[in-house]
Parts: sequence; structure tokens; C-alpha cells
Amino acid sequence: MIDVINLQKKFGDTNVLNGINVTIEKGDIVVVIGPSGSGKSTFLRCLNCMEDPTGGQIIFNGVDIADMKVDINVHRRHMGMVFQHFNLYNNKTVIQNIMLAPVHLQCQDLRKAKRKNAWMKFTNIFRSATKKKELIPITTDKATIKKEAREQAESLLKRIGLLDKADVYPSTLSGGQKQRVAIVRSLAMNPDVILFDEPTSALDPEMVGEVLDLMKSLAKEGMTMIIVTHEMGFAKEVANRVLFIDEGQILESAPPAEFFGNPKNPRLKEFLSKVLV
Amino acid sequence: MGNFSQKIDKFIEIFIEQNGYVSVLEGLKNTLLIAVIGLVIGILIGTLIATVRVIPKYKLLPRILNGFCSFYVGLFRGTPIVVQLLVFYYVMLPIMGLHMTGVQVSILVFGLNSGAYISEIMRSGILSVDQGQMEGGRAVGLSFGTTMMKIVIPQAVKNILPTLGNEFIALIKETSVVSFVGAADLYVAFNYIGSNSYEFMVPYLVMAVIYIVIVLLISLGIKIMERSLRKSDRRH
Repeated sequence: MIDVINLQKKFGDTNVLNGINVTIEKGDIVVVIGPSGSGKSTFLRCLNCMEDPTGGQIIFNGVDIADMKVDINVHRRHMGMVFQHFNLYNNKTVIQNIMLAPVHLQCQDLRKAKRKNAWMKFTNIFRSATKKKELIPITTDKATIKKEAREQAESLLKRIGLLDKADVYPSTLSGGQKQRVAIVRSLAMNPDVILFDEPTSALDPEMVGEVLDLMKSLAKEGMTMIIVTHEMGFAKEVANRVLFIDEGQILESAPPAEFFGNPKNPRLKEFLSKVLV
Repeated sequence: MGNFSQKIDKFIEIFIEQNGYVSVLEGLKNTLLIAVIGLVIGILIGTLIATVRVIPKYKLLPRILNGFCSFYVGLFRGTPIVVQLLVFYYVMLPIMGLHMTGVQVSILVFGLNSGAYISEIMRSGILSVDQGQMEGGRAVGLSFGTTMMKIVIPQAVKNILPTLGNEFIALIKETSVVSFVGAADLYVAFNYIGSNSYEFMVPYLVMAVIYIVIVLLISLGIKIMERSLRKSDRRH
């Protein structure tokens, strides 16, 4: 589903990513680990062009999204992202946070379709009867979009047990609750893949569990996930592939059993000996 | 002080019996009109300029727009408002062949002028909002503009509301120069009363009181607005 070909990223003169090649299939759960400053977060942020890659290609659903000419917003809809610091919209309530993007984008599409239809109707006047172009079928309206988005948001909130918090502002939530809301916010777009950028690093230890549990249940449903994390236990349990990145390159890529049990790369060995005490 | 009560009597006579209050109300209307519409225009222009100036500048178009906005801000911050009024009224209008009243010119010039100041206020507000808010919006596929409008600017406005109130107050007080282009504001009204009675002490004192009352009312309004906007910060 995602093909990363020779991905490079420079900040000024510093090379952060030196040619990363990796293929991610549908349903994969890929965990990326590495020492700090190794480029693993940058790699993740390049995948949805939060940072524009300076070289290489990222083929997502058949389109090279690293190309600056591509409308990245269209592709980001299919690529959820969860941040270390949650990044919930502070000026919106919890349920508005979840509904905002689906409602706005669907309404935008609706407006676009209507505009196109109006133009098509006008140009059809000048076409002969056999050559008339078909209008885009419009099956929904604003009220339905909003209603459906609300229903979906409520069912998502029910799933994480925060339905009673629907109308409060994010500042009143705990870190774990915020992160779970952030995860369902990205789920509300029905993405093909979700990128997790150290989702548990800013949480109190007792709240890490609830977020990891939600991620595990997503994994069971077959969601494709790419996760940058320091939770080795989680990687062992959930991942079907673990990547080790250092100095902007993938040094090892293996299933977790082999990755942790029989590491080959000397740097990985050294890293694991420090992390797994 | 007997003299003073005489002066008050004289003022009251002109103010009420000779319809002085009509011109005062007219002046108050114009003052508020210029300040309020000027502020609205200023906020619109200021927000637009601030947004343009925070767009990442990889591409050519944002760079050109940014250059234009810097020029605009430099121009309007670099000349006194009186000069702007005079130039607009006596230079630009004849050149363009337009006819506008003094009040219309004042509204426009004050709008353009405060736009330059508000753009910098707004920019600092936008920069005060955590970068993550923008990323959070972009990550779900919203465009830069939409994220700005729906997420960043509402939070920025909340942060800059006290400064924006300052700007509004300054604007109200600055309107006292619009008589340069023949707009009848509060100053003109009281000046008229004063010159009719050959007595300026009381009219100007009343004028000062009216300005203070307007400003205090505005500060109160801003306080109330701030409290309602802070809703999302409150923990309950």
C-alpha cells in the first residue's frame, strides 16, 4: 500500500534520512524504533508530508505523494496521524474535534460536485442530444452529512468509553483520554493507514495502558498502522514487523521474534542491550 | 467658582435650547461609526495580511504576496494618520475622480491604517498558538486556509483580545483628527458649541468625559467577551 523508495530528507546541510526503502502492505503493523535523533520521527512525518521529503518517492495507493504538485490534502484524508502531544483542537469540544474534518471535507466535496453540475448543465445546452455529459449524482445533503458524522462520532466515543465527555473541552481531559480522543479523531476519517508518532511518550505511566489497549484493538481489526514508539513490550506483542532506524537508514527489518531474539546488526544489538534491561 | 456655574448654565442653554445636543449626537455617531467600521475593516485586512505572512515561503506566490504585505504595513505604519487622511482626501480622490464624504474617507483610511497595526497583532497571536494545532488540522486533510480559519485564528483571537481592545480604544481616540477632512466628529460638535458661546471650558470638559465613558464601556465589553472566549480553557 505504501512504497517508500530512496526517501531522503535534509534540514539545511544535515542529512536526517539517507535513502530509506520500505514497503508496507495492507494490514501490516510496523513498529519503528531507534535511538533519539535517529530520524524515526522524521521518517514518519515524511510519510504524510508533514515534512516535505527532499528526495525519493512515497507511493501511496499508486500516487507519488512526495511530488510537490500532488494535492496532499486529498491523500492525507486516507492517512490518519496521531501525535505525541495529541494536538486536539483546543477551541472545539471533544465531539466537534472528531466531527470537524469529516463534516467540513464532505460538505466541501458536495459544494464542488454541485458547482460542477451547474457548469455541466450549462455546457450541456450547447451539446447535441447524443453527446450530453452526465451529471454527478448527488445522494446526500448537508444535514445528512452532519447527522451521520455525529452518529459516527458518538459510536466512536462510546467505543473508548468517553461518550459522557462529548461536550467538554479537551483542556478538561487527562492525557490518556486526550490521546484516545485523538486516535478516534483520525479513525473518523476512515483512513487506510494510521501513523503514530510516539503516542505514549507524553503520558503518565498509568495512562499508557489505556492508549496501548485501544491501539491493540485497532490492530486486531486489521487496521494498517505504522508506530514510532519506545514501548518494546508493545512492539513484541502487536507488531508483525519491527524496523530499526539509525542515522537515517533502516539497519534492520524483521518480525519481532527474530528482531528481539536474534538481532543481526551490531548497532541494534548495542541498542537493545541498553533498552532491554 | 460663581463664574464656573455661569459657564455651565451657558453650556446647558446652548446644548439643550439651541439644539447643541443634535450636533453632539451627530458627532458621537460619526466618531463611533469611523472607529467601529474602521476596526472591522482593520481586522479583516489585518487577519488576511497576518495569514499571508505566516504561510511557509517555499513557493513564489507566497513570497510575492509577503513582499506586498510588508510594503503595505511599512507604508501605513510609517506615516501619520493625519497625513494619510489628507493625502487620500486631497490627492487620491481627485486623481481617481471619486467623490466621497469626509466620514467615508475617514472610515476607509482608519480601516486601512488599523489593518496594518492589527496585522502585526494578529501575527503575534497566530504565532502564539502551538504549531501542533496546525499539524493536527493538516493531518486529517484540511487545507492550510481551513485550518487557519477554523482552528488557529479563533485561538489566536482569544490570545490577542486585550491587545485588540487597546487598538480599538486607540482608534476611538485617534478619530478626533478627522475634522482635517471635514468629517463632523465629537470634537467638531463641541468646538461648534464652544465657538457659539465664546466659552470652551465646559464643552471640552464634557467632551473629555464622553471619551472616557466610551472607552470604559468598551473595556467592559472586552472583558465580558474575553470571559466567554476563555470558556475552553476553564477546568470544571
